Amino acid sequence: MTHSLTLNIGPATFRIGSAWSQPIAQLARLYAAYPDASGRVADFTVRLEPAAFLRRWVRSSIFITGDHGLADAAPMSLAHGLLAAEMGMNLQMALGWRRHLLLHASSVEKDGRVLVMTGESGSGKSTLAAMLGERGWRLMGDEFALLDMETGQIFPFPRLVSLKNSAIAVMEAEVDAPRMGPMMQGTAKGDIRHLVPRADAVARMGEGGAPALLLFPRFGHDRAVRPVGQGEAFMRLTQASTNYVALGERGFDALTRFVGDVPARAIDFPCGEAAIALVEQLWEELA
Amino acid sequence: MSARLLVCALRDPTSVEGLDAAQWNSLIAAARGERLIGTLAVRMADRALPDAVQPIVTDALDEAAREAKQALWEADRARAALKDLDVPVVLLKGTAYAAADLRAGQGRFIGDLDILVPRESLDAVEAALFAAGWEWVKPDPYDDAYYRQWMHELPPMIHKTRDRMIDVHHTILPLTARQTPDAAALITDAVPLPDGLLILSPEHMVCHAAAHMLADGDLAGGLRNLWDIHSLCCEFGAAQEDFYISLFEEAAYHGLLVPVWRALRLAYHLYGTPVKAYSSPITVDYRLKQCDRLFIVRLLARDGWGRETHKLLRFAFFVRSHWLRMPPAMLARHLFTKWRKGHRPA
Repeated sequence: MTHSLTLNIGPATFRIGSAWSQPIAQLARLYAAYPDASGRVADFTVRLEPAAFLRRWVRSSIFITGDHGLADAAPMSLAHGLLAAEMGMNLQMALGWRRHLLLHASSVEKDGRVLVMTGESGSGKSTLAAMLGERGWRLMGDEFALLDMETGQIFPFPRLVSLKNSAIAVMEAEVDAPRMGPMMQGTAKGDIRHLVPRADAVARMGEGGAPALLLFPRFGHDRAVRPVGQGEAFMRLTQASTNYVALGERGFDALTRFVGDVPARAIDFPCGEAAIALVEQLWEELA
Repeated sequence: MSARLLVCALRDPTSVEGLDAAQWNSLIAAARGERLIGTLAVRMADRALPDAVQPIVTDALDEAAREAKQALWEADRARAALKDLDVPVVLLKGTAYAAADLRAGQGRFIGDLDILVPRESLDAVEAALFAAGWEWVKPDPYDDAYYRQWMHELPPMIHKTRDRMIDVHHTILPLTARQTPDAAALITDAVPLPDGLLILSPEHMVCHAAAHMLADGDLAGGLRNLWDIHSLCCEFGAAQEDFYISLFEEAAYHGLLVPVWRALRLAYHLYGTPVKAYSSPITVDYRLKQCDRLFIVRLLARDGWGRETHKLLRFAFFVRSHWLRMPPAMLARHLFTKWRKGHRPA
């Protein structure tokens, strides 16, 4: 393909090809601090192709595909090219990764112990991880937590943090402008702006930790804490995993062990500061 | 051309020694594009591979093992659904190779479950599958009527809870095709497996693979179909002297001499299948014919990013597949209906 880049994020290497220069240039800028992966054999190929022949030039429209594709994925505009590349990498992981149990969760680490947060899109798990990542925790990732099926450890996948809507202003107030990607308005999930993880998150992206607390956050409600039983946690995590079924017995054993070992709580919170106070408090009590 | 790299690696796994990272990327992308990554992984399983390649191969082996298990379970569910009907149920393609533990099944991607049943049992089979939780995929009445009137299979069904497709065939080529294989003979000669399901006889298995690839399809996934034919021929040819003579006999009987012969020529040239030439009782040699070269270009139409190339040629093969399936007036009517509904060839 005309423009390409190889990126190494956590345990996975991606070869990204694009018909346009813009998404690749943006990736190169935002991933500049990541290790140089050019000339490596990639685990996955991601392709950003014109949705139709003329759509390379006229009202450019990106079709995201690669080794593993979704035939009915909706095309995206070139203005959202960076998002398309990120979605392409996530898609390859979700459909093709087998070396860990993938949990659709954010995670942060302190003292070698890991806090895992999972929930639907909009639950606040990304924002919470991003905020904690600026305040004494190491950000491990906002999209996938990788559960090692042999050791039970959680490994990081610290790609760019995808901030949505009101979370954008919250993080703009916390970090320097060069760590932010371009503002993308009018995506399928509203406004999106990416955040480059801190240098420690990138430097230690090969380093796992033992899971110590599982949270199911919910943004926009009065402060509340509810214990979550092992059965419920198990069911919710199977739904939050893209490769649980594919991993068969190994995945079942790993997840059983996870919910047996790790205390779980559902938390509601009205705003970011309240959430952080609540998380720190639960961490003191439980982890 | 990365599909060529893939063919070389499948044919001779030692050819991967000394590939650089860019070539490995091309090879892996082409193998994934052609759904041959599992097959390639099996071929390379006991080789020393670069550190970055080894986990990709291990993943592909795991995935293939899981697919085979899932496919055999699905076949077993179909067996259970149809067991009271007392109808012969013949497994076809990937599931059959896996069920019979044939080399063609090793690492093979297995998608839908394909079965062959006698045409007169279709209604009963359809009702039994329905009762056991399968349902229609295509709600379009034109498609449904078209399948029932002209195709070699029922419209595809999918299982409600397991989300797996089943194709119920009553013969191996559309009824509109110029060749008319004898489906009853395919079922009569089928070989029973321990659980009561059947698979085609060796000769018929190759005939079906060739018919499916060259007399019906547009050669999408052609390298994989051709690898099936190569693997089947290697295994059956080694087990049975003059396998090729009986293969040509059966091919002639079913009107499939042209696709079978072409499939063997292509398999011999691309994969090095150990075919046997004859001058008596029939003359068969494996030199490429002029138009075989077009087939080879079509089969190898994939680049180092896993993208399909040669768009025009692919379209020509798409048109050819329809031309083979239907007489011209019917083809015109069919294409017009599809065009009005906004269908585009992939």
